[in-house]
Order: sequence, then structure tokens, then C-alpha cells
Amino acid sequence: MASIQERVTKIIADKLVINESEITPNSNFKKDLGADSIDLVELIMEFEREFGISIPDERAEEIQTVGNAISFLEANS
Amino acid sequence: MNKRRVVVTGIGALTPIGNNIEEFWANLLNGVSGAAPITHFNTEKFKTNFACEIKNFDAGEILGRKEVRRLDPVMQYSLVASDEAIKDAGLDTLENKKRVGVFWASGIGGIDTLHAEIVEYTKGDGTPRFTPFLVPKMIVDASAGNISIRHGFTGPSAAIVTACASSTHCIGLGYDQILLGRADVMVVGGAEAAIGEVGVGAFNALKALSTRNDNPTAASRPFDKDRDGFVIGEGAGCLVIEELEHAVARGAKIYAEIIGVAQNADAYHITAPNPDGTGVIELIKLVLNDAGIKAEDLDYINPHSTSTDLGDIAETNAIKTALGDAIYNIHMSATKSMTGHLISAAGAVESIICIKTINEGKIAPTINFNEFDPQIDSNLKITPNKMVEANVDIALNINYGFGGHNSAVIFKKYQG
Repeated sequence: MASIQERVTKIIADKLVINESEITPNSNFKKDLGADSIDLVELIMEFEREFGISIPDERAEEIQTVGNAISFLEANS
Repeated sequence: MNKRRVVVTGIGALTPIGNNIEEFWANLLNGVSGAAPITHFNTEKFKTNFACEIKNFDAGEILGRKEVRRLDPVMQYSLVASDEAIKDAGLDTLENKKRVGVFWASGIGGIDTLHAEIVEYTKGDGTPRFTPFLVPKMIVDASAGNISIRHGFTGPSAAIVTACASSTHCIGLGYDQILLGRADVMVVGGAEAAIGEVGVGAFNALKALSTRNDNPTAASRPFDKDRDGFVIGEGAGCLVIEELEHAVARGAKIYAEIIGVAQNADAYHITAPNPDGTGVIELIKLVLNDAGIKAEDLDYINPHSTSTDLGDIAETNAIKTALGDAIYNIHMSATKSMTGHLISAAGAVESIICIKTINEGKIAPTINFNEFDPQIDSNLKITPNKMVEANVDIALNINYGFGGHNSAVIFKKYQG
């Protein structure tokens, strides 16, 4: 099975229509990857679906970079 | 103060018989039907299994794959048709975009997205997992908003919705914005993308659609005694309308002048036309009066005529009553025989036909015509099956929408 980082990267590339090579743990969704607030909500929903978890809104707000997402999912899935 | 004058400086169309103005107009004059078996969904259990769909359209290629994810098809159609008209008018190089507005219609909005999201929701355990794109992809005004955003037009922007008369209302009320001095340029038109299970099933429930499944291209046959309903279509039409001096000052190409508009209501029934036609008769009188012309001055009419039993009879009788004997000298063509009924986009596309008719002196045909319905006057000049050439200085476009909304606009050959 693919690692959490690989699965997260694939979702981001698919939803934001960018190459996986552009996505690193340091990438900020809005500043580096061109996401807006609606994209970010959709990404959180896709992470929830992929990993079978629920991410509370206050925790979702802390997810601003790809690394934030990977850390959260590693700790909670 | 002299009345401001309003001219058309750009046109764009995405239709079942052509994805741009040039292709559309050529196919229209050649009498090409846009009807074919539906590809958008499985029609096995539907009474009607054909429609006039857009063909060879790859929104991702034109608008970008990321952009397209955020746009329901109705908004994709809106952006493509308005891009063509805006480019045609040369608006993208305009410096002051504060004086450019957008009135853009959709009868139904992003029904495709809404339907898909409801289906997904009902499959689940009740936990709401709606995409955050649902609201911006379903709301009726999102096309107008997206056009304003894409081009930076910060003048008045809104959706004006009157079902099948919507984009004619957008033209008429956009014209008013310019007359009132609230804007110098208005991007006006409409789009529809409702060929889905809900759209087709719901219009079937109203018994409004043709069920000529064995011969789709012959199904839309306005005025003909064998017609059995309208053929649903999809697409978009866009006009750039502009205050005359503004257009002249920037050296814009001028297609035609708008000399009058009118809107009124039947106040009779939510879906049926008033059989005595009083609303339409009054509408035609209003628009002639607004334009300051007489019935005899009209050279061409693009009527609403959708190929429904009641509608075509009521409309032709009303037009005859309103115009008297002058009607026998006026060319008409029911172009929905080729495009199908583009719902909210119909008025803009048919207004474009009026404009091209004035510019080129060619009257598009009413195809699939064999024999007049006995309740329709057989002396009407409906341009059966083959286009004809004729000088046209003044053309009238009329549309009506469920709700009893009526709308008309008169275009005139531009003379300095």
C-alpha cells in the first residue's frame, strides 16, 4: 500500500490539477499550490474520505501545508 | 438630452449546430438539424431519447482543466460563448472596465451538479459530504459572476431569469442600463445545460417534448401539422451591446443597432400560452412603439415558435392580430427547427440570427416543414426548408417563458 505521503500527494495533484512533482511537504496549499479556500475545504473532505476519518473544523484550519496534512493523518488515521 | 443609442459590437455562440458564430451561421443557412440521440445519460426509460446537444466540445482544453472543475457545464458554455463575443468586440483591451456590466441568464442553473450531489448524498449514511463547489456550481447567477470575474468587468452584473425568455430579457434590460447611463457596455446573453435525467424527465412530464424517437432530425417542425412538441437543446449565446458614441470612439465594428425593446406578462397560466394571445399582441405593440416604427417597417421576425401544438398556433395568431396584413410581407423563420429549444439561451441565439440576417441579407429556413397546421395561416412567409436572400433592414426577435414572461427586441441595420 502507498504511504500516507504518496496518497496525500495523489489527492492534491488530482484536485488542484498540478503535477505530483510540484508537491513537497513544505508546499503551502494557498501560497505555493494555487488553492483557494474552497479548494482547501474540498481537499480536507477528500482526506477524510480516503482515510476514513473525520477532521474537526478547528483542526482543519491548522492544515495549511502538505506537511501539516501528512502529520495530522499520520497521527490520526 | 438626446436619447443614447445602443449598438451591437460583438457576438458569440455555442450551439448544437456550431461551436462558434461562423460554423453556426453556415449550418443554419444550410438547414442542418442539431438533433441526435442523447449521449449525456442513459435514456432507456425515458419517453424522449434525443435532443440537440453540443458536439465536439472539450471544455478542459478551452478553459483549462482546473478551471473546469469549478464550473458546471452551464457555466462552461457561458464562458466559451461570452469569450467569443468579448474578443470579437475587442473588450479585453478596454481600459475602463467599470462601465462594463453583465446580464446573463440561465433558466435552470447548474442542475447537472446539483443532481449528481444529491444522488451521492442519498447513497450515503446521511452524513452531509457536499462538495464546497456545489453552491458556486449550481446558483443561477454564477455564470454572470464568472464572466465578470474572468474579464474584470465591474459594472452591474446579475442573472435575469424568465425561463425561455431569459436572454431576451437580459438584452432588453441591459439596453436599459445603457440608456440610463448606468453602463456604457453590457455583455448580455444566456446559457443552458439541462439535457439530463431531470431536465428531460421533467419536460416529458409536462408533455412538452417531441417523442419522435425514430427520426430525431425531423422532430422539431414548427408550424407543421405533424409537430408533436419541442426538442430540448443546450448551449449559449452572447451579445456585446454598447453605447454608440463609446463604440465609435474606440473604433469598434458595429453589427446593428437596437432600436426598441419591450417586456410584459401574460398573467394567465404558469406554463400554457394564453390562447387569445393578448399578452403577445400587446408585447408587439409595445416594442414597435418603443422603436418608433410601424408593422410595415419590419422585414424579418424570428418568432419563439418551438414546435409545440398550442404554442405555435397561439403565437402565429397573436402576431397576425398585432401586425395585420403587414405580416404577409414579413419574412419569418423558426430556427428552433434546427437548433432545438435552447431554453434561456434561445433569445440571445435568435437575436444573433436577426443580426446576421440584417448583415448578410440571408433568411435562414424553417426546416422539416411539410404542410401547415390547419389552424395556422398558410400565407405566412415562414421560409420553408430552404434559405432565401432578401434585404433586411429591421428584424424583430420575440421569446416567451414559463411564468408568462414575454420579451421582444428590434434590431436595425446600422446607419451612422
